[in-house]
Amino acid sequence: MLLDVLTAFVDELREAGIPVSMVEAIDAADALRFTDIGDRDAFKATLGATLVKNERHYRAFETAFEVYFALDRSGPGDGTGEDAGGEDRPDRGEQRNRGPQGQGSGGGGGGDVDLDALRQALFDAMRDADMAALRDLAGEAVDDLAGIEPGRPVGGTYYLYRTMRQLDVDGLRSRLEASLTEDADGGLDERLGREEAAARIAELRSELEAEIRRRLVADRGREAVAKTLRKPLLEDVDLMHATRTDLVDLEQAIRPLTRKLATRLAQRRKRRRDGRLDFRRTVRRSLASGGVPIDPVFRAPRITRPEIFLLCDVSGSMATFSRFTLQFTYAMNAHFSKLRSFAFIDSLDEVTDYFAVGSDFGEALHRVSTEAKVVHLDGHSDYGRALRQFWEQHGHELTPRSVVIIAGDARGNYRSPHAEVLAGVRRAARGLYWLNPEPRAYWDTGDSVMGRYSVHCDGVFEVRTLRQLEHFIEQVALPVPSVRS
Amino acid sequence: MELTGPAEVRAALRDVEYLADDRISQVVYLAEQLGKPILVEGPAGVGKTELAKALSTIFDRRLIRLQCYEGLDESKAIYEWNYKKQLLRIQAGGEEAWGSLEEDIFSDEFLLARPLLEGILSEQPVVLLIDEIDRVEVETEALLLEVLSDFQVSIPELGTMAARTQPLVLLTSNNTRELSEALKRRCLFLHIGYPTVEREQEILLARVDGLTEMLGEQVARVVSSIRDLDLKKAPSVSESIDWARTLLALGIDRVDSDVLDETLHVLLKYQADIDTARRELVEA
Ligand SMILES: Nc1ncnc2c1ncn2[C@@H]1O[C@H](COP(=O)(O)OP(=O)(O)O)[C@@H](O)[C@H]1O
Ligand SMILES: [Mg+2]
Repeated sequence: MLLDVLTAFVDELREAGIPVSMVEAIDAADALRFTDIGDRDAFKATLGATLVKNERHYRAFETAFEVYFALDRSGPGDGTGEDAGGEDRPDRGEQRNRGPQGQGSGGGGGGDVDLDALRQALFDAMRDADMAALRDLAGEAVDDLAGIEPGRPVGGTYYLYRTMRQLDVDGLRSRLEASLTEDADGGLDERLGREEAAARIAELRSELEAEIRRRLVADRGREAVAKTLRKPLLEDVDLMHATRTDLVDLEQAIRPLTRKLATRLAQRRKRRRDGRLDFRRTVRRSLASGGVPIDPVFRAPRITRPEIFLLCDVSGSMATFSRFTLQFTYAMNAHFSKLRSFAFIDSLDEVTDYFAVGSDFGEALHRVSTEAKVVHLDGHSDYGRALRQFWEQHGHELTPRSVVIIAGDARGNYRSPHAEVLAGVRRAARGLYWLNPEPRAYWDTGDSVMGRYSVHCDGVFEVRTLRQLEHFIEQVALPVPSVRS
Repeated sequence: MELTGPAEVRAALRDVEYLADDRISQVVYLAEQLGKPILVEGPAGVGKTELAKALSTIFDRRLIRLQCYEGLDESKAIYEWNYKKQLLRIQAGGEEAWGSLEEDIFSDEFLLARPLLEGILSEQPVVLLIDEIDRVEVETEALLLEVLSDFQVSIPELGTMAARTQPLVLLTSNNTRELSEALKRRCLFLHIGYPTVEREQEILLARVDGLTEMLGEQVARVVSSIRDLDLKKAPSVSESIDWARTLLALGIDRVDSDVLDETLHVLLKYQADIDTARRELVEA
């Protein structure tokens, strides 16, 4: 029976986009033999360690876990969960009966519930950091105030806000802050107190969410609830519509990718043993051992460090995306000694210095929008003009080691694209790539002239997600024309 | 030592002053029971390497460590022929027939076992730590994985050398690059992030002699608050330990804005980060 739930759970993880192989599913089942499944934390740790091999996926795992193993709070149980909120919590039965409207009247409940007493109890529990009490009280609050209507396909957030509003959570927060900063001695203490208050309110919120989820699962079944809670994984978040939190998380995730790009672009000999014997030095050294070449010397492996030229459209239509590409630029700096970056709208300006190692990203971003001369006329992208400018000012700096990457939607407001410039760029450089954040289907519609440019590129990639960026990076392992040392 | 469950693992780790949480102790217990490697991932200074050391102590096994770096190859990771010794042997051999000489110089005696081979050939099971595996190239990673999967090494001149004992394997990664799917599939995955305030306080109390409960809590809370700021590099556990030691050395028993201001550089390495923390926490 546990195995059935496990299978369903693994299916849900896959639906949510987490790659779980057959082997890993079997490993999980195997590992459960050594797990006290009555211990929720241990149970979760076992499933996490065997099924989720990327921390970026952990949040999605947790959401699914909460749904699939939510029903019995003393342990994960067998997941069939008919006993939801049942006999194991007799202390609450009485409360629930007290608020008849709570279940199903749709009016939001709360009528004859002693709200003040509940609020006070919640406040006490949070002030004393009594998590067990907080959990029980959250259960009561949801019973009494959420007004969950069976069968109604309303998302959990609706019930959450309904409950929080009636509890006057903002008021609770103020009281809690006041109480936790009461004996504060100076600004630092006060700040710590406020943060503590915020953390405990967050705790309350997540307990309420958990209670609501439990009831929704009992009502509609795990599968349906899990489906409504599914969110795209970080690598699938659309960069054009990313939220601020997404962007922050993305910034973390970009760093490892830039290193990967660096290693792929820097073609190097793999092993020392592949290096060629340095005959002269070997003989010279062998004199010390009577002419026996005891200590052969190999030439150091040749490393060809590419020079990257990154051109980034920073026009308004590209705001979120350009933040992402500039972040990428910033992170790449750690790995490429020769990285030059340029920003453009209808005029192009070099921004390499803003992103120098040790600079602050927020600051650099600010300088791009205030100092860089990227607007010539009206602030509408003019690819033709920007590319020509690049070619005229920097074309002579391109060498067979240069890799040029252009990031933009190729929407030039019906101005002349000057695609011939790219033909020159490609001849002069080792590689030319274009990253376009628009879905491929939109290319060459309206004022998009992607097709005019793509014929000159070594590769054109749709990059709207981290996953696609990774795909691009995997594709660019170019054989470097071997340079004689 | 025979540890009968995660709670025992946790207690044993605590005895050697390593403070684990539920996730860590459960995964260690599983690894021991299932004989699977653990891939420990997380930012620098959260106790990944230290975990391997602590496990070697509680299981009473020798620790063999392979520190990875860019360019590490199998001759440093697995084995290498001691060609200096081989050449000398050839010279000393004089007119000896090549056949017997060859057999001789490609024998155990001339083999230099590197950490991986040493780990599996040990008569007593060891803890094998492959530290910062994200630093090696993908190709080397595949080589290491092969050894960890087969528990044997084939040496063309010698044949196959099979494991004598099974090591408890920990691989660590600072996640500077994505590791291969194959490697991840083989391992139990353990992410160690920054500890909760409570656990950090315990770590501090265990690791810093003379620290009071109160100062330990304050340090942990302030550090946790600083980690929430938008920083280039968040302070690690080792830095919070350093900070606590500094405070003790200065005879400070309570952190206030002034103390923080004067000692921020112990916690934060970048001037930009120090400025941020000062703005947010000191001048607030
Ligand atoms: N859970 C822990 N218990 C005790 N000490 C810890 C713990 N985590 C980190 N430390 C301390 O932090 C230091 C740095 O940990 P280390 O293992 O070197 O970090 P890394 O994750 O970079 O390998 C250790 O030497 C130890 O003093
Ligand atoms: Mg380490």
